[in-house]
Amino acid sequence: MVEELSGTFELEDVSVAYGKEIAVEHIDMMIEPRSVLALIGPSGCGKSTLLRCLNRMNDEFGSARVTGRILLDGQDIYENGYSPVELRMRVGQVFQKANPFPMSIYENIAYGPRTQGVRKKEELDSIVEDSLRRAALWDEVKSSLKKNALQLSGGQQQRLCIARALATSPEVLLMDEPCSALDPISTEMIESTILELKKNITIVIVTHSMHQAARVSDRTAFMLRESMERPAGLVEIAPTVQLFSKPLDPRTESYITGRFG
Amino acid sequence: MGNGSSKETTPRKTGKATSSRVRALLRRETAARFITGAALALVVTVVFAIFGYIIYRGAGSISWEFIFGSPKDRMTQGGIWPAIAGTLWLVALTALFSLPVGIATGIYLSEFSNGSPFARFLHVAIANMAGIPSVIYGLFGYAAFSIALGFQKSILAMGLTLACVTLPVVITSTEEALKQLPIELRRASLALGATKWRTTYRIVVPTALPGIITGAILGLSRAAGETAPILFTGVAFFAATPTSVMQPSMALPYHLYIMATQPTVPAPKIVWGTALVLVGMLSIISALAATWRSRRRRKLTW
Repeated sequence: MVEELSGTFELEDVSVAYGKEIAVEHIDMMIEPRSVLALIGPSGCGKSTLLRCLNRMNDEFGSARVTGRILLDGQDIYENGYSPVELRMRVGQVFQKANPFPMSIYENIAYGPRTQGVRKKEELDSIVEDSLRRAALWDEVKSSLKKNALQLSGGQQQRLCIARALATSPEVLLMDEPCSALDPISTEMIESTILELKKNITIVIVTHSMHQAARVSDRTAFMLRESMERPAGLVEIAPTVQLFSKPLDPRTESYITGRFG
Repeated sequence: MGNGSSKETTPRKTGKATSSRVRALLRRETAARFITGAALALVVTVVFAIFGYIIYRGAGSISWEFIFGSPKDRMTQGGIWPAIAGTLWLVALTALFSLPVGIATGIYLSEFSNGSPFARFLHVAIANMAGIPSVIYGLFGYAAFSIALGFQKSILAMGLTLACVTLPVVITSTEEALKQLPIELRRASLALGATKWRTTYRIVVPTALPGIITGAILGLSRAAGETAPILFTGVAFFAATPTSVMQPSMALPYHLYIMATQPTVPAPKIVWGTALVLVGMLSIISALAATWRSRRRRKLTW
């Protein structure tokens, strides 16, 4: 049986503007299914802005305007009539700061499926267990699912947020610097989770750590804003090994060798 | 780090300078602590003086007869039950009219208005509403509810008038309670494919509920203690315990006022007793709200 891989993003000449100021300009890239793409670059280079275009979270806050085309499995997600609510069930997100709801661990995970209309207890139970297992948190919390999620440690909270995002069975998972507030052990756990998850879903991760990009990603995109007068753009996107060993663009080389940023 | 000898002398010098600077800072710290502490002591004294004096003067009048009886002997004897019942009715009606509308408005302003010009106009209007003297509400209530809507002098007209007094408090405190929540909470829900409305009623409002209830209790307490808004709209010098919202009724604050201003009625016992009952009722309500809130908060963050 030939299964078509879903979770493919194609970006065609994408620009994002906040009010009159253009933040990111002319991005063309392809995000392949069941792989990890890392977005790297110095602060303010538009990595997070670009990431938020992929699940249209830019719609909700501020006055971001997106031009160009973003296709998910061939369909333009900014087309009239395409519902951001439906999109976000297919494209999950994990934020920089763990943001569990102030409710029990179970309720946190069940929130997404309930939004999708899952009501049966057995079904919810199995989704909760499965999601926690995939986020490598099940063994630590299986006896305390009724505990308030805010009682968990920072690293556990972030893995809970991953589990919560996985519970809606998304095809793509966006991660915005998910380890920037975590200790090395928690970071390692999340990184190994990422490597496990990519067997089934597409992951786009924004990271400040080039080491992390090198460890977890298949392809890496380097973004840069060269001056405050000009919008940020994509400098280079390549297989991670190639980008870090022999970058084509001299600006990429300067960045990865630590000459700026 | 290279030349040790010059390093040897400098720390002693700066050490001396620093320590006198530190001493000055510590003196200021002590002074600040003393001044703010004295202010606190003053406030605590005033609060205890008020409560203490009301209890001292009023406790003697409290009896079964005083709370559950009716006034007797041209109001020089007997109890205040009609006034207690009237105030309870008024609080209930005020809650019924002001809380749903006020909380919904607060939710709209915080979650859905996106800082539109209309929302800014609403803010100004609500701020003005909070600043209107309560006797003006009384006048408006009389014209609008008693006359125009034909409710005459009744508990209904009083409840509606008090609801107007309470609305700005409820709206503002609801909006503040919602705005205090981190934006990340809303983002987390939206990113899971929840609509804005689902995010609001499943995540945002339940999380902010303690704050919302606090505001509601504050508003209702104020309504329970108001005299001016009910003056023209149905409060009675003497009336039987109400049986319908279309009747005028007695109310604790007004009863206190008339008892204290009738030169021919020598009833200080009734005055202080009424004061104690009113203050006691409001204290019990806020204490219950506070207990519920802290229990909920413990559940939320611990």
